[in-house]
Amino acid sequence: MKALTNRSKMVSNKELTFMESLYFPAIIKGMMITISHLFTRKATISYPEVQREFAPVYRGKHVLKRDAKGAENCTACGLCAVACPAEAITMTAAERKKGEEALYREEKYAAVYEINMLRCIFCGLCEEACPKEAIFLTDEIVKTSYERKDFIYGKDKLVESLDKRIDITKRQNKY
Amino acid sequence: MEFALIFKILLITIVFVITLVVAMYSTLAERKVAAFLQDRIGPNRAGPFGLLQPLADGVKFFFKEEIIPTHSNKWLFILGPCLAMLTAGMTSAVLPWGDVINIDGVDYMLQGTDINIGILYIFGVTSIGVYGIMIGGWASNNKFSLLGAIRASSQMISYELAMGLSMIAIVMMSGTLSVREIVEQQDGFNWNIWYQPVGFIIFLICSLAETNRAPFDLPECETELVGGYHTEYSSMKLGFYLFSEYINMFISCGVIAAVYFGGYNFPFMHDLGLSDNAVAILGVVAFFAKIIFGIFFFMWIRWTLPRFRYDQLMKLGWQYLIPLAILNVLITGAVMIFTK
Repeated sequence: MKALTNRSKMVSNKELTFMESLYFPAIIKGMMITISHLFTRKATISYPEVQREFAPVYRGKHVLKRDAKGAENCTACGLCAVACPAEAITMTAAERKKGEEALYREEKYAAVYEINMLRCIFCGLCEEACPKEAIFLTDEIVKTSYERKDFIYGKDKLVESLDKRIDITKRQNKY
Repeated sequence: MEFALIFKILLITIVFVITLVVAMYSTLAERKVAAFLQDRIGPNRAGPFGLLQPLADGVKFFFKEEIIPTHSNKWLFILGPCLAMLTAGMTSAVLPWGDVINIDGVDYMLQGTDINIGILYIFGVTSIGVYGIMIGGWASNNKFSLLGAIRASSQMISYELAMGLSMIAIVMMSGTLSVREIVEQQDGFNWNIWYQPVGFIIFLICSLAETNRAPFDLPECETELVGGYHTEYSSMKLGFYLFSEYINMFISCGVIAAVYFGGYNFPFMHDLGLSDNAVAILGVVAFFAKIIFGIFFFMWIRWTLPRFRYDQLMKLGWQYLIPLAILNVLITGAVMIFTK
């Protein structure tokens, strides 16, 4: 059989030579290896103080975008819910009343929009399906909780706030 | 006279406290050394650099639920860790921590007591130490504990022989059983290790086995025996067992430092032009530096070598170390006769 790599070594059951059976050279060699690790750079990242940089395409918590004037982009078309392989997204549509033009961009909007973060697999298919550029995945992390119900994120957690807009240029579709 | 008594009580208290503190911080050091040898950082959350970690561990042990198994022998179950702790703390009495300190023309010895059979005392007490493990393991009424206890006792008995024989060579050379006199003979840089390298290696291996440290940690051997002799123990009784291991490590490093590395002697100690008291205090520092390096060495070994198989352990003890130790005694005797 042909070896897959050139790293494999033949195993042999040969008797140890006298020097080998003393073990000391091997022990000293091993101890030199371990002591050299005392001075190498540590792999640990002290998490809360030092945070690792995310990849630019990292898929974290979702955001429901507003347009430049601050109106919500989502029209509750339901394409994201259809696209979702984990069936994490539910929504209820409603019609825009008069005087709400500043709140919602188009005549239809999502009155309820919920993502179950325990179901979500963060695949990003919802943002791919969205025709209105309303939903995006950000580099934020979904926080832990003790209760299951805390993981169902409604509009209060998903819609971006007006004074704290979330930059999603890294995830904007270019085609 | 009265001041001498107070001094002795003070000294013993200080030695006891230092033993406990060193053992306490050995637990942290062990984890830190392990982490550093494995490219990690180790505990660093409790206090700066994790310095309060041992305290947190101790408090945790106190507040853990105390479980005594129904079918165990209750008194022996309690006696086990007590004995382990007691014998661990007793050995430090004969170790000379430093040379004589002179206050107002009176000499004070930095040692618990200088008995003329110090070496025998050390061996006696350490062999009682096995009872703590044996009784604890037997009283637990658990097969893993019993196996651990059997392993511990047979291992300690077989390694004590080689240990004693390697020590005999030292005793032959120095002609005394008092630890202080052995240390005094290694003045300056005239350490015993230069004359007894083979004896030192045997003694080192045996003290690793005596303190149940890796690669001879078969009695607790997590992978095979759950926790070995302390499987059934919880709360502070488990803490005592773990703690006594670290005290034993401290003491055996102390014995190694005293017997082979000149104790409180350090090179050029008489050429510094310092007063005797200053040299004595520096000597104490040197002794502790040696001990601390010894403890580090023990940890270094632990995080390098894999555990021995049980038959390999017994074979190493009986078939290699004991004949080698006897040969060492013979050669030492022959050299002594021919050089006289």
